[in-house]
Formats: sequence, C-alpha cells, structure tokens
Amino acid sequence: MTYLEYKIRAVPRGFRKLLYLNWPIILLLCAAGAIGIIMLTSVAGNSWHPWASAQLKRFFVGFALMISIAMVPIWFWKSMSVLAYITSLVLLILVEFFGSTGMGAQRWLDLGFITLQPSEMAKITLIMVLAFYYDWLPDQHVSKPQWIIAPLALIFLPFFLVLQQPDLGTSLLIVLGGGVMIFLAGVHWGYFGVALSLSVGAILTILYSRGTDWQLLNEYQYRRIDTFLDPSSDPLGAGYHITQSKIALGSGGWTGRGFGQGTQSRLNFLPEKHTDFIFTTLAEEFGFIGGISLLIVYTLIVAFAIIAAIRNKDRFSSLLIYGVTVTFFLYFAVNMAMVMGLAPVVGVPLPLVSYGGSSLLVLMVAFGLLQSAHVHKPRGVI
Amino acid sequence: MADRIQLNQKSYAKLSRRGLILGGLQAAFIAGLAFRMRKLQVEEASEYRLLADENRINIRLIAPSRGEVYDRNGKIIARNEQSFRITIVKEDAGNIEQTLYSLSNLIKISQREATRVIEEIERSAPFLPVTVRDQLSFEEIARIAANTPNLPGVSVEQGLSRVYPSLESYAHVIGYVGPVSDSDLKRGNENNPLLKIPRFQVGKVGIEKHYEDVLRGSAGIMKVEVNALGRVMRNLDRKEGKPGNNIQLTVDNELQSYIQARLGSESASAVVMNCKNGEILAIASSPSYDPNKFVKGISYSDFNELRDNKFRPLASKTVQDAYPPGSTFKIVTALAALEAKIISPKDSFSCDGKIEVSNRFFHCWKKGGHGEMSLSKSLSESCDVYFYELALKTGIERINKMATKLGLGIKHDVPMSAITKGLVPSKDWKLKNREQEWLVGDTVNASIGQGYVLSSPLQLAVMAARLASGRNVKPILTKSINGQNIHNLKNIEDLDIDKSYLKIVRKALFQASNDRRGTAYGSRVIQDAYRMAGKTGTSQVRNITDAERENGVTKNEDLPWKRRDHGLFINFAPYDKPEIAVAVVVEHGGAGSKSAAPIARDITLQALFKGKPPLEVYPAKDRTAVLERQKKLGEVLKELEMFRKNKV
Repeated sequence: MTYLEYKIRAVPRGFRKLLYLNWPIILLLCAAGAIGIIMLTSVAGNSWHPWASAQLKRFFVGFALMISIAMVPIWFWKSMSVLAYITSLVLLILVEFFGSTGMGAQRWLDLGFITLQPSEMAKITLIMVLAFYYDWLPDQHVSKPQWIIAPLALIFLPFFLVLQQPDLGTSLLIVLGGGVMIFLAGVHWGYFGVALSLSVGAILTILYSRGTDWQLLNEYQYRRIDTFLDPSSDPLGAGYHITQSKIALGSGGWTGRGFGQGTQSRLNFLPEKHTDFIFTTLAEEFGFIGGISLLIVYTLIVAFAIIAAIRNKDRFSSLLIYGVTVTFFLYFAVNMAMVMGLAPVVGVPLPLVSYGGSSLLVLMVAFGLLQSAHVHKPRGVI
Repeated sequence: MADRIQLNQKSYAKLSRRGLILGGLQAAFIAGLAFRMRKLQVEEASEYRLLADENRINIRLIAPSRGEVYDRNGKIIARNEQSFRITIVKEDAGNIEQTLYSLSNLIKISQREATRVIEEIERSAPFLPVTVRDQLSFEEIARIAANTPNLPGVSVEQGLSRVYPSLESYAHVIGYVGPVSDSDLKRGNENNPLLKIPRFQVGKVGIEKHYEDVLRGSAGIMKVEVNALGRVMRNLDRKEGKPGNNIQLTVDNELQSYIQARLGSESASAVVMNCKNGEILAIASSPSYDPNKFVKGISYSDFNELRDNKFRPLASKTVQDAYPPGSTFKIVTALAALEAKIISPKDSFSCDGKIEVSNRFFHCWKKGGHGEMSLSKSLSESCDVYFYELALKTGIERINKMATKLGLGIKHDVPMSAITKGLVPSKDWKLKNREQEWLVGDTVNASIGQGYVLSSPLQLAVMAARLASGRNVKPILTKSINGQNIHNLKNIEDLDIDKSYLKIVRKALFQASNDRRGTAYGSRVIQDAYRMAGKTGTSQVRNITDAERENGVTKNEDLPWKRRDHGLFINFAPYDKPEIAVAVVVEHGGAGSKSAAPIARDITLQALFKGKPPLEVYPAKDRTAVLERQKKLGEVLKELEMFRKNKV
C-alpha cells in the first residue's frame, strides 16, 4: 500500500466530511465574526447600515466558500499551489498597471464582478507554494544553501511587488509569513541569525538614507516611524491616530462605557473606526473584559490550529496549517499592537472584525484550506 | 518503504518541534498584548478617561449681563436690550446664494454683506453658523419668523446689547461700550477669558470704562459635548454667570435732559452740584452725540463729522476742558486778600480804568474806570483794577493756596474720562514748566483769572459749592453700587477759610446778581426764596492791542468764533439757604453776563423747582422770552421722553 493509496482510503467521503471538520475553529471564527458585526453596528451609531449588514453577507459568502474548499481534497489544492502562486504574481503585476488607487497606494484590482486586493491573496498563495516546496524537498537538503535560494526568491518576488504599491505593512507581513515557513521547514538556525543581522542592517540603512539622494522610503513612511517612536510629538497631525486610539482604549477601563457609549468613536475622534481601528471601539465600549475576550478567541483559534497542525502527519498539510495560522496571527497581533501604540500605523485589518471584503474572503479561503487539510489528513496506523 | 516512513517520522518530529517553538513565540506575543491592554485599560484608565473627556467636553463661556446704570431717582440711563441677529448654517441651507436671495427680499442685505457671508461660509465648517446681520429690528425679525419655511438653515439668535435710552443727554458721562480692541487686551494685562468671547463689549469711555470691573460681572460656563470636528452634539451642563453690578448715579435725569436741551447746539457746558454734599445733579456738555451709534458701530462718515465739528461734540467739556476762569477767579483773589488781612471790607480804592505795573498798563474792562470801589462793590461790578491792586499786595503764593482750597487746580475724582487738573500758577510752577522767572504782571493777570489760570467747569462748580456751604465738598457722581452707598456724605469737614470772609464774598455775589449795578442783574430772580448769588466771568482768548484800545475795541460779534471771549457764570442758590451750586461756560460766547448767566438762571430755577419754574420768579420783562423758550424746550424734552418710554 503506497502512502497515497493509504491516504485516499482513510479519508471520509461525501457529507461525512462535515463531521470531520475542525468544529472548534469554525465556532471560534463565527464568534469573532459575531463580535465584528456587533462592533460595526455600534460604530454606525447603533445602526445595521451601512457596515454590519454588508459584512454579514460577506461573512456568509466567506463561510460557504470555506466549507466548499474544505470539502475538496487537500491534494487537489496541493496540486494547484504553483498555479495559484503564479496567478497571484500576475495579479500583483496587473495591479501595478490597472489597479485603482486607495490611500495613496495601488492596491485594488477591479475584475468587473469583484474588486481584488492581490496582496492579500499573495500571502496565502506564498504559504501554499512554500508548503509545496518543502513537502517536495527531501529533508536532508533543507539547510543546504542552493535549496534556500528558491524559497527566498518565492518570498521576495511578491514582497517587492507589494512594496511597489507601496504597502509596507503587507509586504513586511509577506516576508514574515514566508520566513516562518522556512523556519518551520527546519532550516538551520544560523540562517535566521544572518537574516536578523541583515534586517537590522537594512533598517539602519533605511533610517540613515532619510534626506539623502538615495532615500529608500517615502517621506510619509518615515513620518509614520517618527510618530510611532514618539506619538506626542505631533498629537494633531500624524500622531493623532495613535494618541486618540490609546485614549479610546484607556478610557474603556475594566468594563467599558457600554454599547454605543464610547465617546471617542461616537464623536469621531477615532480614525478608521470601522476598519483598522475597530479594536479601539471594542475596547472603549466593552473595556478590558471585551478586549481580552476577543484576544482569547483569537488565541484559541491559533491554539486549535497548532494542535491540528501537529496532529497532521502529512507534511504539506501540516506546513499549510501552520502557515495559515501564522498569517492569521500576524493579522491580529500587528493590528492590536498598532492600536495599542506598540507598532507603527500600518494598514492591517483586525481579522474577521474589521469591515472589508478582500481580507475577510482571503481569510475564509485560508481557513477553508486549513479545514481541507484537517478533513483529509492521514488517519489510522502508519 | 521503511526508510521513507522513518525519514517522514524524523522530519515530522522536527516540524512539530519547530511548530511548538512557533506556538510558544506566539503565546509570548499574545501575553505581551494582554499585558499592554491591562496597562492601558486598568492601570492608566483614569488618566485616559480624563483625556477622553477633555477631547469631547468643550467649555464655553456665557457672557454675563452687564450692570445697568440709573439716575438718582431710579430712572434708567444705560440698560441691556435683547438684540437679534440672524445666522445661516451651510449644511442646512443647501444653496447659500438662493437662501441669501430669499433673505434679501425680507431684510436689507447689501452686496458687500452677501459676499462676506459667502466667503465666511466657505472658510468655516459647514455646521458652524455664520452671522448674516446683527442688530435687527423687531419687525425684521417678525418678517423672517413668518417666512422660516422658505429659509432653510437661517436662524435668529438672541443676545444682549447696550442701549442708552436718553440718547445724547448722558453721552459724556456714561460713555459707551464697544468691541474689545487690542489695546483693551493690553491694558492692565487683562487675561479675563470673557474678553475673547466674540461680540463681547467693554466700556470705552466715561462711567462704562471707569466702572468696567463693576459693571462686567463674571462669566457663566456652558459645557457642551463636541465631536472631533467641533460640532456640538449636546449640552452637558450650564452654570449661569454673575450679572454685573448696577450703578446709581447722583445725576437727576430730568435736570440733565433739561440742561442738555437748554444748552442746545451751543458749544457750552454746565455743572449743577448739591453744594452741601457735593453730589453732582447734572453735568452736561454740548453739543453731544448719540452713544448708541458707537455701540452699533459708528460709520466713518458719522464719526468724521463728530471729529471734525468745530464745536467738538466728542469732548466732555465739563471735566476735560480748562478755560481761563476770568472774573469768576476774583472770588479767589478776594478771599486770599481777606485771609492775608491785606484789606478789610470797609477799605476802598479808586479805579481810574488802568494801572501801571512795571512799565506796562493793565486795563479795567470798563473804559474810564469804576471810581471809588469797596471789596463788595468791586466783586459785584467786577472791577479789574481793584483786584490788580489786591493781588499785588497779596502775592501769587497766597492766591495759589486759596485757589487750591476752593478746589481749583485739583484733579477731582469723578468716574469720567480725561479729567483735567486745570492750572493754578505759582512761581515754582513757572520756573519748572516755562523756565522763566515769575513776573509781577503775571500776578496781575492771574488776579482776574487770566494769564496762566485755567479751570474746568467742574472745578468752578466745586468752588461755588464750597463758597456757598463753607464745607470742603468734593464732587460725587456715584450714589451707590448694587444698592450700597459708596460715599459717606454725613460728616463733611468745614473749609479751612474763616466763615466771616466767606460771608462777605457771598454777600458781594448776591449783590452782583441782585443789585441794579451788579454784572448779573440782568439774570436775576425776583422771588426772595429763590434768589441767586453769582459771579460773571468773561475770559479773553486774545490780547487786545494798544492800537485797538485807541480806536475802540473790536466787538465780540465781529470776531471770528474762535477768537471771541468765553462767557462764564458761577452761582449758588437760594442765597439764604444755599442748596445748589452751578457753573456754566459758553465757549466763545462773549460776555458771561449775556451768554452764561441767563442759562445758569434757567438751570438753577429748574433744579430748585425740580421741574419747570413758574414765570413769576422771572423779572416781568423776561417772561415772554422765557415762556417761549420753555415751550420750545418742552417739545424737545417730550420727544426725548417718548423715545425713552419706547426703549425702556
């Protein structure tokens, strides 16, 4: 019996697959989605419109997408990995030329029936292609330099394309996500030491290049770094977002000011209150208890996913689950760190809660892949 | 196969290890987030709550209502009136041009105003009201109110604005209020936040300025919740301020209005005092102006007209102008000489029309002289030469001292603006200010209130009051603040002048008014209970040349107005039991007996009778003229009263 035969024989078939879904994760996703709907109702002034209703529809679409993807065997998705990766690269190039501009960056691609944010897609397809690569690569080759060049290239292609848009936040998340995949694959620690020192060097070079002829970042990006380091230096200008968001969080206290009672969000002191900064409204209105609850939901999702990854004996599936988990983790960790003043303001939404179609759908697709890997994992004795 | 599985197991173990390490890092990061959340939301919560409140709560000041000003009988002089202004809010109005056009069909809106409104609207946030017009009349408001459905975004706002119902009568006393200027902010390092309220008004001159702190009151506070753009979401709290204190003046409204009307368009001023306690019953300067115009914002043309008028309507002549007192100053010279015991009332002296002092001739106003003169006669007939002699013997220092005792050369403390000190010269003064030696001729000039001597009408009234009562009275204009009397008028000390001397001078002044040969005989009162005692004064503003004296002095009427003599008159009445003291100065009015004395008589009688005096107190030959004047003034006053009634 070959490994492949074994896998096919041991998987559930038809609607029985539904029983094998990772239900705790699905329920936790719904919980986070519900919190999102409640908060979107609140920031609209206790109104279903314009955000909560649209978000609910998207959530249902995403949910259906997730279940559908989960029903398809993981080896099919595995076979699609390279194609998906290439498609997302093509879309990233297309967005360079045909994309519409939003918030000073080329991010959106209007395909007529749907507006796509290819950079979001690239996060997942990169994980797929890296999982595919390390599943294919014999273990003894993993730490050899010549076998490291390819994954690095796979990471830096989308990284540079996204950086071009320019979207520093997403491009850094892509590098982080890809780096984690390499780390999981078991590449020698030494490489990470070198990578760390290189990035420290790069950061110093970037900071040093400011004001010179070969300045590496845009001025607005430098300003964001400035205000991140000292938000009080410009409380009404660029530091406004961070300052106001911290005030909102802090004024929530233990139990918060009550649903719809957050003065910071209701009186529009908070920026982007329905998208990137929605966590501040949650923390303002439901306090520490509300904020920590959402954090616990997220943590449980990560925990269940890691358990699922460890229990999955298929290398591609396991790597994929880790990758999806890390992507999800980076979303909420960076977003929360940002609104709490621990990270610079980069455009990262709070997963499942922030209003926005692209990131929600991409996340649901990712969790669909995770579920597919979970449903179709090797069972029984090896 | 087994190899493959073993290999798989090895790589699987490695993947799981790395996965656990990753999970641990994630857990650590999440713990960090949780701690950060705890720090912000639990440990520093109160601090951030405060910041959130600072964000949303906006404190606005409510202007207090300014204190009102009354006359001695409780008649209102300055009050606050509801004023209306219309504002327009862009986001409610929609089409601004259309709304302004509809509005201009109801009230007058100039093209300039419309342009300003549109510009202001474009500059400010769409929810902020922009004032279209201020100080609207009641009918205009009614017209707008009736058409509100057609005027989206237009609303009427109320405020208080200052009104002076007596129009011109008190302009120089009460002054006026106006918007806060830079110099108002600089003065006395005022950092009262009230001054920054748009449209807040402060006193600019007169009582309004002097008692600014008393009248202003303190600000109320309104707490409102605003959003990030500053739009008011709701009112949270409102604490009314303390209104300003009311002030009651010693002025009698009836008398004040009468005097203002009596002075008419003449460039003149008059002061009436209670001679026993110094209360100013009326203090008027003419021509005057309407202070309401300044409150509303006077137009350039109106202001230029006031400024360029040769009669100087803006000047408060009673306190800020000083004139040579002329013969009224002889009272000082006489008392100084009496006190120095240089003469006794019985001593007499011959006036032959002129006297030679250090090679210069000083003339009496009466060509040929008065002949034999006693002190009493010289005062009542106002002989100059007699006083030349007297002054030469008495000396300027004694005269200076006496003048000060009588209230000349002193800056009296009344709550009006630009009060002059006048001038009573001395040897030191001349040395210091003119860097010249005092000459005997200066003393001669000073003896009859010419030369360097200068006094304001208020000072002259004080002199008359002190002479009449023998008390050291000081002029008082403020009776009470918020119902509390601020001056003790009970125990006013006696004047430091021998009573018998005062009596001699008073008697001489009685003769001046009532003796056939007295200079003020023409303006006498014929009922004993109201008889006046007064002194005329005619002060030159030019030198009469010798050539002129030879060919006959040019008549006053033939001179240009600016070079004519000032006419002065001071008096007290009734002679037996003095109650009031009066000073009247008619600028370039010619002889005091002709210009000032008749006015003083009318004022005195009006004050004594507390209204229109009966014709019987006037000499028979004056009655027709008096009656006619009373009729004319009656009409003017009636009109003024009608206006007051409408305004109060």
